[in-house]
Amino acid sequence: MSSELEISFILNGQARSLIVAPSAVALSVLRDDFDLTAAKKACGEGECGACTIIVDGASVCSCILYAADLDGRNVQTVEGLDAGDTLDPVQAAFIETGAVQCGYCTPGMVMQIKHLLAENPDPDEAAIRRGLEGNICRCTGYSKIIDAVKSAAITMRAG
Amino acid sequence: MMDQIAEQISLIGQRIPKPDGAAKVLGRTQYINDMVLHRMLIGKILRTDRVHARILRLDISKAAALPGVHAVITGDDTPMIGIGVNKDNPPLKSGTVRCIRDEIAAVAAETEAIADQALALIEVEYEDLPAVFDPAEALEDSAPQLHEDKPGNVGLSYNISYGDIAAGEAESDVVLDETYDLHYVTHCCMGPGCVLAEFDAMGKLTIYSQTQYPYNFKMDLAPTLGIHPGDIRVIQPPVGGAFGSKLDVYPFEPICAFLAQKTRRPVKLVFSREEEFIASPTRQPVRAHIRAGAKKDGTLTFRDVNCLLNNGGYTSWGATVPYVMMRTFSGHFRVPNVEFKSTAVYTNNPFAGSFRGYGNVQATYVTATLMDKMAEAVGMNPIAFRLKNAQEPGEVTPQGSLLKDCALADCITIAAEKTDFLKIYAANAKVETGRYRRGIGIATSLHNAGGAKIHKSDGCGTILTMDDYARVTLITGASEIGQGIDAVITQIVAEELGVPMASITIVNDDSAIGPWDVGVHASRTTFIAGNGARRAAIKAKAQILAAASKEANVPAEEMELRGGHVVQSDNGVSIIRLDRLLRAMHFAGEDAELVMVTDYYEPPSEPEGDNHYGDMSAAYAHAAYVAEVEVDTMTGHVRVEKMTVVQDVGRVVNGLGIEGQIEGGIAMSIGYGLTEDLRIEKGIVKNPSFRDYKVATAPEMPEIAYHFIENDTPEGPFGAKGIAELPAIVPAPAIANAVYNAIGVRFDNPPITPEKVARALHGGQDGGDQ
Repeated sequence: MSSELEISFILNGQARSLIVAPSAVALSVLRDDFDLTAAKKACGEGECGACTIIVDGASVCSCILYAADLDGRNVQTVEGLDAGDTLDPVQAAFIETGAVQCGYCTPGMVMQIKHLLAENPDPDEAAIRRGLEGNICRCTGYSKIIDAVKSAAITMRAG
Repeated sequence: MMDQIAEQISLIGQRIPKPDGAAKVLGRTQYINDMVLHRMLIGKILRTDRVHARILRLDISKAAALPGVHAVITGDDTPMIGIGVNKDNPPLKSGTVRCIRDEIAAVAAETEAIADQALALIEVEYEDLPAVFDPAEALEDSAPQLHEDKPGNVGLSYNISYGDIAAGEAESDVVLDETYDLHYVTHCCMGPGCVLAEFDAMGKLTIYSQTQYPYNFKMDLAPTLGIHPGDIRVIQPPVGGAFGSKLDVYPFEPICAFLAQKTRRPVKLVFSREEEFIASPTRQPVRAHIRAGAKKDGTLTFRDVNCLLNNGGYTSWGATVPYVMMRTFSGHFRVPNVEFKSTAVYTNNPFAGSFRGYGNVQATYVTATLMDKMAEAVGMNPIAFRLKNAQEPGEVTPQGSLLKDCALADCITIAAEKTDFLKIYAANAKVETGRYRRGIGIATSLHNAGGAKIHKSDGCGTILTMDDYARVTLITGASEIGQGIDAVITQIVAEELGVPMASITIVNDDSAIGPWDVGVHASRTTFIAGNGARRAAIKAKAQILAAASKEANVPAEEMELRGGHVVQSDNGVSIIRLDRLLRAMHFAGEDAELVMVTDYYEPPSEPEGDNHYGDMSAAYAHAAYVAEVEVDTMTGHVRVEKMTVVQDVGRVVNGLGIEGQIEGGIAMSIGYGLTEDLRIEKGIVKNPSFRDYKVATAPEMPEIAYHFIENDTPEGPFGAKGIAELPAIVPAPAIANAVYNAIGVRFDNPPITPEKVARALHGGQDGGDQ
């Protein structure tokens, strides 16, 4: 009996397959097997949000998601936003508003906000704060990140 | 035809995004945690599970025999040469362990899983020894002794005395006697501790480090490794937060180097979050006993301070925070008679390091709440009482700090006006019913803002070169740790040289290239490295204008650099494009020259003597923060609704950067005051996770209102002062004072958790001091 599983999923728009151990977590697979190191391991127990990715439209902590559960899913990481000639509005807003300091929480924050704005294109202040609650930032005090969400929301609504 | 180049809008004071922002939002930035080198092994550390014990047997044979394991080392294989301030902490302990974080063995293996498996195969037998966790108990004659050469468990002591305490007390109408218990908190850098070490074929070490003091790091690391500091090259990839936690060498760094040396391969060692909580330094806990007096008219008469510092098992910078504490106790407000005594006492707890704000977080929590208590005791309001004792510009503190542009009174007055403080304060104090009560509180502090000469030099080296295309490379000794110095230096150089910011590259990640700098600490980097960069740019400009003068036959003093051109100062007409001039200078035959200048900026400050006297910073700054809170008297929950920031910043260089530093500091200080508490019980860290250790999250951030005082301090770059620690210092006591205004309870034992508030209001133990 094999102790390994074959999984197939869409990763940043491309179909991918690989063999994983049943105990492997999604974050390790992304980082070690696909060299996608933007998502960070900062707590390993789903408490800080630095590993946030989007799976089938939902933001999840990839450090507590079994890689096996990626099978058949659509997975997006920050690297998937690094495609066109222009920055994604959330990323552009992060730079412009000063929402980046050390940057370690940033990829997770960006993905959480992508999810937040997809669900609610016009969030009020309280909704933004609630939406960021699971993502810890130790540098910025969140104010500039909240500014970035507001600014990105305006840009995205303007289309 | 000559172009007229429009006058450029000054970059100073603008809101400039960080140059590293794009790579970070795109997830391209490679932290050490992300790096992989060819043939790299993974290192792991085995820590003890005892707080004080003799190691009877340490058997690594099964671990060493595990396939995929390349090295297992213990204290028996590595030199017992200590690191840290007292050099009392050998990287791997042999014989005795003294606290729960003690490193006793380490492995290097091909994968993390094999390394973990190897650690589990190491067998250890201990004989437990009597342990002590309280610093007062550790001073008793019968207490277990932690270090043979430190009789009585005394680590470090600091004492100062000015004036006459007895005389001060004799003329006091009011004397307060208070004890504060200031707790353990920790940095919680989002990027866990990490290092990657590699020896080259010549036996020289390259260490990829998160350090924030790369040059003295070499000096501190070399002895324990038994190599020459000159044979260490420190490379500094981007770092996931530092906040002072990376200002010393910690055991994992030499351990990683030992593993790399033994295996002859690169070795990377990354902390888990649990390890980060247990085995990285904390903020220094302090038990402060203070007696202080005032006359009826509000004049302060004396402060008599005794501090006990829990040193833990070993000594890093935590035990030295009295350096900063005493400056606040003696120098914040006019205090004619001051005594300060502190003793750091070894215990079997983990140990503290440096942490943003240093001892001033602790000292300001005490002084700022005590000022409120004293105001009430003499029957004055908190504003009038503070103004009565605020120094004037030009006054010198008892320890010799020259407050040449002292803005303390301005800070207090503006903070009171902007918040309508006295009216709200009086109204809140009258409300004694209702579930939700509002409070307003002010706190002030003083901090060095022009470097801090705690070493022989407080300098920073800078090298500036320009290429044939007028691109600038600025090499500075000052490190970027996320705080944004690269943006500030880019602005300053662009401002002086009249070139676009995009044409400037900052290099500051390699000790083999960069010139010496003392490190990112003490709110010094904008001031010191900013001055260095500006001076280098001014030298480059002089060289360029001299060459342009020769080329165009116009006196140098009638030209300036603007928009990538050399222009005539009076009408802005371009004399020559800068890149063309640089090429002309470069390819000028026998007169050929490159623009390639150096600068070493040493601020005009003096080291503290043994008597702790000296004007140790080239500038000092004050701040007054006002917190407005709502207390839920049912649950005990305190919510900070608004923070009004009034801070003497000298001059804003980067609007985005300064606000970012302040907002981050406020979040950290809200944590210190309200939620963060690293619970260490009998030497064991009880809450080593983000689930149980609560840092501030987005919903807890208050509205923030700014008022910057900009008086252009004479020595600062474009008048700027260092700013980044006061925001981490002042908010917590402002919140504590606001809580008192709301519910009439003092908390001298932060954090002010809902449990403590509810117990204080509804009965039970461990409340505040009513």
